[in-house]
Amino acid sequence: MMGSDLASANKPLLATASSPLVEARNVSKHFPIKQGLFNRAVGSVRAVDRVSLAIARGETFGLVGESGCGKSTLGRVMLQLQAATAGEVWFEGSSLGERKPRELRELRGRMQLIFQDPFGSLNPRFLVRDIIGEPFRVHTKLSSRDIDARVVDLMEKVGLDPSLRGHYPHEFSGGQRQRIGIARAIALRPSFVVADEAVSALDVSVQSQIVNLLMRLQRELGLTYLFIAHGLHIVRHISDRVGVMYLGRLVEVSSADELFKQPLHPYTSALLSAVPKPDPRDQRERIMLQGDVPSPANPPSGCRFHTRCPIARPRCMQEEPELRPLSGGREAACHFPLI
Amino acid sequence: MEPLLTIKDLTAGFATDNGTVKAIDCVSLSIDRGQTLCLVGESGSGKSVTSLAIMRLLEFAGGRILEGSIRLAGNELTEQTQRQMIRIRGNQMAMIFQEPMSALNPVFTVGDQIAESIRLHQRKRKSEAKVMAVDLLRMVGIPDPETRARQYPHELSGGMCQRVVIAIALACRPELLIADEPTTALDVTVQAQLLDLLQQLQRELGMSMLLITHDMGIAARMADQIAVMYAGVVVEMGSVEALFDQPAHPYTVGLMQSVPSMEGERLSELHTIQGHVPALHAIPAGCRFHPRCPRAMPRCTSEAPPMMAVGPQQQAACWLYDDRASGFAAAPDWDNGEAER
Repeated sequence: MMGSDLASANKPLLATASSPLVEARNVSKHFPIKQGLFNRAVGSVRAVDRVSLAIARGETFGLVGESGCGKSTLGRVMLQLQAATAGEVWFEGSSLGERKPRELRELRGRMQLIFQDPFGSLNPRFLVRDIIGEPFRVHTKLSSRDIDARVVDLMEKVGLDPSLRGHYPHEFSGGQRQRIGIARAIALRPSFVVADEAVSALDVSVQSQIVNLLMRLQRELGLTYLFIAHGLHIVRHISDRVGVMYLGRLVEVSSADELFKQPLHPYTSALLSAVPKPDPRDQRERIMLQGDVPSPANPPSGCRFHTRCPIARPRCMQEEPELRPLSGGREAACHFPLI
Repeated sequence: MEPLLTIKDLTAGFATDNGTVKAIDCVSLSIDRGQTLCLVGESGSGKSVTSLAIMRLLEFAGGRILEGSIRLAGNELTEQTQRQMIRIRGNQMAMIFQEPMSALNPVFTVGDQIAESIRLHQRKRKSEAKVMAVDLLRMVGIPDPETRARQYPHELSGGMCQRVVIAIALACRPELLIADEPTTALDVTVQAQLLDLLQQLQRELGMSMLLITHDMGIAARMADQIAVMYAGVVVEMGSVEALFDQPAHPYTVGLMQSVPSMEGERLSELHTIQGHVPALHAIPAGCRFHPRCPRAMPRCTSEAPPMMAVGPQQQAACWLYDDRASGFAAAPDWDNGEAER
């Protein structure tokens, strides 16, 4: 683990005065690139690089960015499904890296993941009652009758007909399957839920049903969400604060309202500008980014966005900007923020 | 002037163990020269089946055109043999798909793949075709086209690959380009680049475009005309302005309200359309949308509504407009939730 002095030096700005529920302190996750006969590591993909963020209890933190920016990896590291290469994840006031495996297993019930693909994430050979009841069999000593009662309760909570619990997942539509996944995720009354592209695969009319369900469950159960998505409309709707990632770095953190009204980082601004507006008379000046996202195995020097940034200056090529607090509790990693 | 493409009462489907299911039913559409028609709808609405039927590729996907006519520049496509279709595909119309990586052959350089499609449709020498391939790569905005032509698909990004696919499609200057969710697999910043490119190429080449999308934002940006499909039928169509200013069909209205806005006040709850899209073998009787429709009437459960004019440039298949269809009365005021009848 990294020295604690370094971790506290990069302590992120908190949304509320109370201590956060989950916190990433200077977290990095590098994947080695292996080559040759002996699988020697010849380099590494820096999927997540020195990211710090804190999520308050009951808050929804939206994480956006394009493919390969590291948002899903960060989500998995925060759940300790993947160990961080460097840095620490704190959950309910203590560092997860210091927990013993047995303690970690107990904690797993309190931190859950909702997957993107409602087709791939449910075992096709399990009945719905087995899928939703599985967390109880793994983590509790409840009798099968008690488990069945819990399953009925959970299905009602997520808007499914409990009489269908003897059916297989393939008999359900995509939206209903996502409800099954949500019921399983909230089974053990978690406090922290990572929703990784949880509504991205769904049709728009069903998407809004699931978003409403997630927000209702948050109110009822006091959940804290890390909502990872590339669909910006939904992120604005569901999030209290939003973080923007680019090539493994967190480049901006703002409240959802402010971020969409007036982005600070030029990348955020370009990202918002690229979303086509449902208005045929939209005559907005679009900021067109040139080229593609560079490879995270070999990111550009200085600011990683400088190769595509419309306002890059010489300083951006040499000096990497750190995420720093700006006015109104907002943060951006840019030498020349768009105020 | 006659439209470039006219589809009339097109019905197509798939043979299953329980008889034939119709994936699209009596679809009628037309595209004028140089115009873009956006086909909008959710999964299972029949947009992709419609495009495959036009290309006569549906046969290869296990489907069949059951009835109706497809006329492209005076040719009746449903009567062509597949051998004749080879001549029409590529030269008169071309198609690009959602996944650029799977549309390209991984073991040939992109230059060779473009040259191949040129030589398939035109009598050109290999060397000529190679020069044309580099020109096409330049046309679709790929920097350093000479080097890129010698590279393999895995050496290019998703956005670059989709540009190559566009170059192949445009190699023989088709009059109609069919694009099936061409940017869905790409990131938004790359999507914006490609939408710009498609618009620019369409202007330069004067071609017509059938763009299939589920994104109302893309439709607003690209379309001249929009057709909204639901469960295999067209429920509303019209000019892009008319459709966005005053959506008439309850499904179109629901679709537009389901996507939260990126500006203004945030709603406490999103608008939803209850239920889900019906499966093809369980299409409801009457209006196919009636089980989910907030404004369904008794009549909707038994009688399927025909397309009715609801404005000078707008038609909808909904009984709400039955008694006023001829008079182009204003669409009901959806904000107040009650139509004055």
